[in-house]
Amino acid sequence: MQSSSHAAEGALPVPRLAGHFASLEVQNHAARLGMWLFLATEILLFAGLFICYGVYRFLFPEAWAAASRSLDLTMGTVNTVVLITSSLTAALAVHYAKEGKNKMVAVQIALTLLMAVGFLVIKYFEYHHKFEIGTLPGRFYSYEGIQLPGVPMYFTVYFCSTALHGLHVVIGMVVLAFSMVRALTKADFGPNNYTMVELGSMYWHLVDLVWIFLFPMLYLV
Amino acid sequence: MTPSSSIAAPGATPAPEEHHDHHPSYLVDGTTIKSWLLTVDHKRIGLMFLFWVLLFFLVGGIFALLIRVELLTPGPTIMDAMTYNRTFTLHGLVMIFLFMIPAIPAVFGNFLLPLMLGAKDVAFPRLNLLSLYIYLGGAFIALWGMLNGGLDTGWTFYTPYSAHTTTTVAPVLFGAFIIGFSSIVTGINFIVTCHTMRAPGITWFKMPLFVWAIYATSCIQVLATPVIGLLLCLVTVENLFGFGMFDPARGGDPVLFQHLFWFYSHPAVYIMVLPAFGVMSEVVATYSRKNIFGYRAVAYSSLGIAFVGFFAWGHHMFVSGQSTFTGGLFGVLTMLVGVFTAIKVFNWVGTVYKGAVDFRTPFAYFCGFLFFTVFGGMTGIALGTVSLDVAWHDTYFVVAHFHFIMVGATIMAFLAALHYWFPKMFGRTYHEGWGLVSAALIILGFNATFIPQFLLGNNGMPRRYYEYPERFQALNVASTAGASLLAFGFIIIAMYLTYALVYGKASGKNPWRSKGYEWVSESPPPTHNFVGPQPVFPEEPHFYVDPKKAEVPDAV
Ligand code: HEM
Ligand SMILES: [Cu+2]
Repeated sequence: MQSSSHAAEGALPVPRLAGHFASLEVQNHAARLGMWLFLATEILLFAGLFICYGVYRFLFPEAWAAASRSLDLTMGTVNTVVLITSSLTAALAVHYAKEGKNKMVAVQIALTLLMAVGFLVIKYFEYHHKFEIGTLPGRFYSYEGIQLPGVPMYFTVYFCSTALHGLHVVIGMVVLAFSMVRALTKADFGPNNYTMVELGSMYWHLVDLVWIFLFPMLYLV
Repeated sequence: MTPSSSIAAPGATPAPEEHHDHHPSYLVDGTTIKSWLLTVDHKRIGLMFLFWVLLFFLVGGIFALLIRVELLTPGPTIMDAMTYNRTFTLHGLVMIFLFMIPAIPAVFGNFLLPLMLGAKDVAFPRLNLLSLYIYLGGAFIALWGMLNGGLDTGWTFYTPYSAHTTTTVAPVLFGAFIIGFSSIVTGINFIVTCHTMRAPGITWFKMPLFVWAIYATSCIQVLATPVIGLLLCLVTVENLFGFGMFDPARGGDPVLFQHLFWFYSHPAVYIMVLPAFGVMSEVVATYSRKNIFGYRAVAYSSLGIAFVGFFAWGHHMFVSGQSTFTGGLFGVLTMLVGVFTAIKVFNWVGTVYKGAVDFRTPFAYFCGFLFFTVFGGMTGIALGTVSLDVAWHDTYFVVAHFHFIMVGATIMAFLAALHYWFPKMFGRTYHEGWGLVSAALIILGFNATFIPQFLLGNNGMPRRYYEYPERFQALNVASTAGASLLAFGFIIIAMYLTYALVYGKASGKNPWRSKGYEWVSESPPPTHNFVGPQPVFPEEPHFYVDPKKAEVPDAV
């Protein structure tokens, strides 16, 4: 239907084949490949923090163990469940987009966004608690609860990595919201045109994946 | 603007006129400012990068001269110590992040990659434009910081000093972080372009070697840049809020910073030289009129350098207290890089051997390049030997080493590329005589600047010092004199190329009679690169007949 080659006139519906691509297939392949590469760079970004985590954990094993027990495991677990479920709804959104059920796409993304908000709210309570007891990073640190060298470094790493992850949650929400609006206003997702939802959901899976690493690292071990 | 855009192709690949009759060159297809600033044409984006990259090169160059003038006399000459620190930091940052890293990929990669793959554009043209503006945004934030307060850490931002200095660390690091994004976006774009945009018939092993080099470079960019991005963020918050991640006073580990920094910055030196290697492979084949010797070896060795480059970073930390074993290990891994580089050098020499050499300006730069690469690489092997590096570390010997290989090789390639592809980009030719004269000046000037620095370093003059004992003066004066010669050479180039831009003779489609794919289209190419149906490339790139039978190109 919408595979008219060369630039069509009119507004900006997405699935148009850009003039420099050989076919729609190649165009989608390029988009997906680009996204995979981008996700790889995101993982590498977090990898830097994981290395810091590993090095300091090696340098201060007791402090690391003690400090990680001071985190609220229940909140962390609830958040993990919330995020994994939101990944499921994001995947469902892609499924419905392929079938052209634009209403359902919007519903699934809305559910995903709702859970994302839930995640952030729980994170807010966790942060709030830390602000109160003074386990802030660097020179704002004033916690007296655990007296071991290296504990402040634990919280520095904690804040750096969860804040960076939180930032990604927010970015992911914006990306998904964009597709949701598209589904509602234009309703143009269908078998030939679901790349946008697919890429957004790939990004969301990354956010989820990073958390799945962060959770055991920070809360469990 | 240029009449040549409508000159018919002299032969070879037919370009049937079945579409419209008139195909303006990309230079004149739209003349408003907006048609340039919002263009998604990779060729225009490449030209805009060229403009900015040259401007930043000028800025970095002026600061280089200021450094050299300051070092003319043993004591204070034209500035105070703090200004000196800021000057060399600004020089290093501008040259590395704003000139060397984007120079060849963003200018020539952008311009040529699609042409060499028979594509109409890169895979993501709008992202391509975006990467230009990200680059400029980052550049101006960083420059603003450097001019408002300045930064005195040197381009390596070593902690804990960078966490405590009161100069403006945050904006500069933030700017560098943003520039990193531009680098990542460009890298992703090029990789996807190589995978999805090759014209039918162009298999991986029929890609021109310049494309291979850009591909390998892009892989490094994509893999290494995120790590330094994170690191720059951490140092920024460390400096602003005292996070203490790398500050021993708060339990942090400054050596961890060095590990992460060099994990990017060692591969980053290959981000700068690999494209240079790619340019030279094209130039040497064209002017020797021979197929490149060992095409696959050259292609694979780019990937090999990209790969082992990730395991050599520890050679910057031989004196940081790492164990002898670690030092030795990194030393050996470092030398592996030398092996891959040597493969290329032998292949270039093998290509020239028994070729019908046409000694033009780009070929003159090739000769300079060969010397700088071999000499710089050998001093690298020497530095990779732990026992020697302990003496040379942080002396002018290191400065001379990396200027030889990184700056020397890259500048040679940049200038060779500029001259070699000038007719392609603008459809005009420059004056060959002036080209050769300035090439000679530049190569001489470069040697005169940095050979004394090898000697200085070997005699014990440390880098980044603002004063020095009397006995070092003679060599410092020699170095400054060399730098002036170098600057003079650049001024001449700027003059005759600007002249050629306006008054140069029309070059015709393929003035060098090159077999490179990019010469199949017009010079300068039309907006979508090729007129008519998709071009076909039946031969290998760099495919020349037996040089003895080869036609000798017309004098231009
Ligand atoms: C191929 C291109 C190369 C480039 C662009 C390059 C660039 C550089 C740069 C910029 C530095 C100094 C960093 C700083 O402290 O500011 C450096 C240092 C060093 N390079 Fe290279 N290099 C190259 C090849 C090699 C090779 C082939 C070797 C060894 C086989 C080598 C070994 C070293 C060593 C050991 C140092 C550390 C010296 C010290 O700080 O004490 N380099 N190089
Ligand atoms: Cu290195």
